[in-house]
Amino acid sequence: MIKKEQKELARWAMQYALKKGCQECRVGIFSGSESSFEVRDTQLDKLQQAEENQMVLYLFVDGRYGAISTNRMDRRELEKFIADGVTSVRFLAEDPARKLPDPSLYFSGSEASLELYDPKFQSVSADEKLKLAKSAATEIYGSDSRIISVSSAYGDTENFAYIVASNGFEGESATSSFGVSVSVSVKGDGDARPESYWYDESLTWEGLQKQGVGKKALERALRKMGQSKIQSGKYQMLVENMAVRTLLSPLISAINGSSIQQKNSFLLDKIGQKVVADKITLVDNPLLPKALGAKCFDREGIATKKRNVFEHGVLQTYFIDSYIANKLNVEPTTGSPSVLYFDKGNYSQQELIGKMLKGILVTGFNGGNCNSSTGNFSYGIEGFLIENGELKQPISEMNITGDMLTLWSNLAEIGNNPLKSSSWQLPTLLFDSVDFSGL
Amino acid sequence: MNCSRRAFLKTGGMLAGAALIPGAALLESFSPKELTLQWVLDHFKVTENELRKVMAIAMENGGDYADIFFEHTLDNMLVLRDGKVNSTSSNIDFGVGIRVIKGDQTGYAYTENVTVLDMIKAARIAAKIANGITGVKSMNINEVPFKKNYYNVISSWEETEVKAKKPYLQKINDRIFSFDKRVSRVIVSQTDSTSYILFFNSDGVLMHDYRPMGTLSATCIMEQKGQIENGRSARAYRMGAEFLTDDLVETVSQEAVKQTALMFDAIKPKGGEMPVVMGAGGSGILLHEAIGHAFEADFNRKNTSIFSDKLGKKVCDSSISVLDDGTIPFNRGSVNVDDEGVLGQKTYIVKDGVLNSYLHDRISAKHYGVAPTGNGRRQSFRFTPIPRMRATYMENGNAHEEDMIASVKRGIFVDNFTNGQVQIGAGDFTFFVKSGYLIEDGKLTRPIKDINIIGNGPKALSDITMVANNYKMDNGTWTCGKDGQSCPVTCGMPSVLVSKLTVGGENA
Repeated sequence: MIKKEQKELARWAMQYALKKGCQECRVGIFSGSESSFEVRDTQLDKLQQAEENQMVLYLFVDGRYGAISTNRMDRRELEKFIADGVTSVRFLAEDPARKLPDPSLYFSGSEASLELYDPKFQSVSADEKLKLAKSAATEIYGSDSRIISVSSAYGDTENFAYIVASNGFEGESATSSFGVSVSVSVKGDGDARPESYWYDESLTWEGLQKQGVGKKALERALRKMGQSKIQSGKYQMLVENMAVRTLLSPLISAINGSSIQQKNSFLLDKIGQKVVADKITLVDNPLLPKALGAKCFDREGIATKKRNVFEHGVLQTYFIDSYIANKLNVEPTTGSPSVLYFDKGNYSQQELIGKMLKGILVTGFNGGNCNSSTGNFSYGIEGFLIENGELKQPISEMNITGDMLTLWSNLAEIGNNPLKSSSWQLPTLLFDSVDFSGL
Repeated sequence: MNCSRRAFLKTGGMLAGAALIPGAALLESFSPKELTLQWVLDHFKVTENELRKVMAIAMENGGDYADIFFEHTLDNMLVLRDGKVNSTSSNIDFGVGIRVIKGDQTGYAYTENVTVLDMIKAARIAAKIANGITGVKSMNINEVPFKKNYYNVISSWEETEVKAKKPYLQKINDRIFSFDKRVSRVIVSQTDSTSYILFFNSDGVLMHDYRPMGTLSATCIMEQKGQIENGRSARAYRMGAEFLTDDLVETVSQEAVKQTALMFDAIKPKGGEMPVVMGAGGSGILLHEAIGHAFEADFNRKNTSIFSDKLGKKVCDSSISVLDDGTIPFNRGSVNVDDEGVLGQKTYIVKDGVLNSYLHDRISAKHYGVAPTGNGRRQSFRFTPIPRMRATYMENGNAHEEDMIASVKRGIFVDNFTNGQVQIGAGDFTFFVKSGYLIEDGKLTRPIKDINIIGNGPKALSDITMVANNYKMDNGTWTCGKDGQSCPVTCGMPSVLVSKLTVGGENA
């Protein structure tokens, strides 16, 4: 938790900044702790433990703006740091769009209702943590002669924030997270050593998957044996829930307020227009209890709301913080999405595979990028060739290429398996007619 | 949590939330020329006796080795947006990391409070990795000087005020708008970083370093008949404020406009396997991804790299030599001393076509019974050092770029990249081409853009059939990501012909 004296320090720093010449100021105090245990081939490889603190000050001086942050909490040092920060900001050009949000937008209440912090965080012993890291590896170590190496890890963090602004905001948040991961390398054809991983992450110790992570990682590594590339062409593409984020990210970047304000987006002036497939209703719900990424207020203190990003393929919103809102002369929404999910689909991944005559299941992306102005993309992929509803052959060393709006307009089906171990709870998705480059 | 991939990003430098500092240092300010070991000890408010005391605790459970890494970093960022230099940010990070090694195992803890009490607490946590009897030994402290300072600073960033930097950003904005009427927006970003490092280990080695870094980048957005395109140019050097010059402004401005304008005429090629001529400079990303990561010794020690059994074996044509070098003056990847007290050096990874050396940190060097190569690097005191690249490049060959292009009937020429990635075990690597050209019947024809290229490391290396004599270092803002840690690096290359890579594209 943020201690009483830390809150006092934040309020003192805010007052000091105002005294030194700020007309408005916001201060955030962030503190947290982490521990991790890494195990290689069932032996402890690395243990790490630490605590950290940071203070961030947003300075609004004579219509000018700057942000300063430090992990030095000594008042005498902070005095100099803040005074120098104010001096620096005075050298800048004026920017009238820089001001604190309208206080009517601020969150007031308690974030505790979202249950984002596990009260048991401190009571899990180091022995239990190490035991979990080891058991994730031992469940597969030695179980298959093709295994070269098994690395497993347990990690946890707790993060606390306290934000106070000179025009009346005061908010506090606490989150915890627990994670376990396993990666496995196996002996493949020739010199190749296919590797894969699996993980689980949860806000609570109880919610963390304690068994089966290693087995899943091994299964994913072994099924890569004999990867090869196939003929270039247009194929149906099924993208596993773990990998979908790569394809959604460019859409989300394109509706970020900064991209819109800079006129550097392929979704410029598209609110209210149908830009992707009818099936797509994408929801941002920051207020989903016990969800990774949930929050009652954003980093400016603005109260978050559930909102549709796309509704039946029609773009509903941009992500606009108060600065961009002032620039564009619109109301702010929030600077970025929190918990994203699609309206639930009807089919499991297996059922979707069963529906495909010929296509490619993409299990992971390897590099690639998307042009933020045009939406043109090209990504490396690995996965499986599907024929007559069955996985036929592992594939790799291929690319997919296209443009984002055509891709998302060609969305054919949505799976019913949203990934709960991520803030973007995305399911497996099926796309028609995607360009694959291989042989 | 993706353990199996290494991302190589060409980014603007600083992370969100980091950045800005005014004209003076928070703690004691100084001129770099006067930097002595005693000054750095005083800066961190620690004495040699206290270091001995903390070290004794770190080694008390029988660790084989321990080190203490102090860091004080000041980051600043200045941004021009919508025609004006109108935001600044700065960040101070200060702390000490204590590491204990037992065999291949590591115990690590860090603290932001550099008091003897907090350091002892951290040392006790790190020491838990070992569980034997006391390992304290008497210790002679030995200050190890550099052979050479590869990044002498003339004007420190701490003494450079915002008002001195601001005109350079404004000039870039104005130059870019003056070059082309299609320019609609310009974003210019200037960052600088100054790190004070103090290092002490259980062998008694005591070292310090002062690490500057400056970056300047411009993103240009153009509009033509409703079509929007963007382009970027950036430079980064380990230099003080003398980094900012009118020549640099001109280079970055011209390059950003040229890159953006090219995009309007560019097409996507037809995809598939084809020969690729990789132009001099940024094509060094091929070395970084295709072989560099796979030669980092931690992957080989764990037997998970596709090159794990290849040391001393021929991996490519004997005309090829590849280096990883921490000694290039003012290079973004250079290190006077790495982050575990090993002096900066130059390492042949491939010599005359034979795999000559892995890139080692102390743990892997001990595992292989060789000397560390100065590649033990870390993002900050919050992380343990791991084998990382520095400046990775290929030496010149004898061919000419025009002969390479002339030898290709249907393929592509590429020389501008944004990012890359590799899967260490399978060896599959990729890099994203921002722009290049089609090669048709031995000639460069239409510009191409936005395509990913994918290949397999050992195959691609053996498929390099020609190496030109036009070596160039790319001094962009390359940042390499591995195991959740970012590190500044560079890459360079003469032009090469790779006989076969899989190029993304359309199949219509």
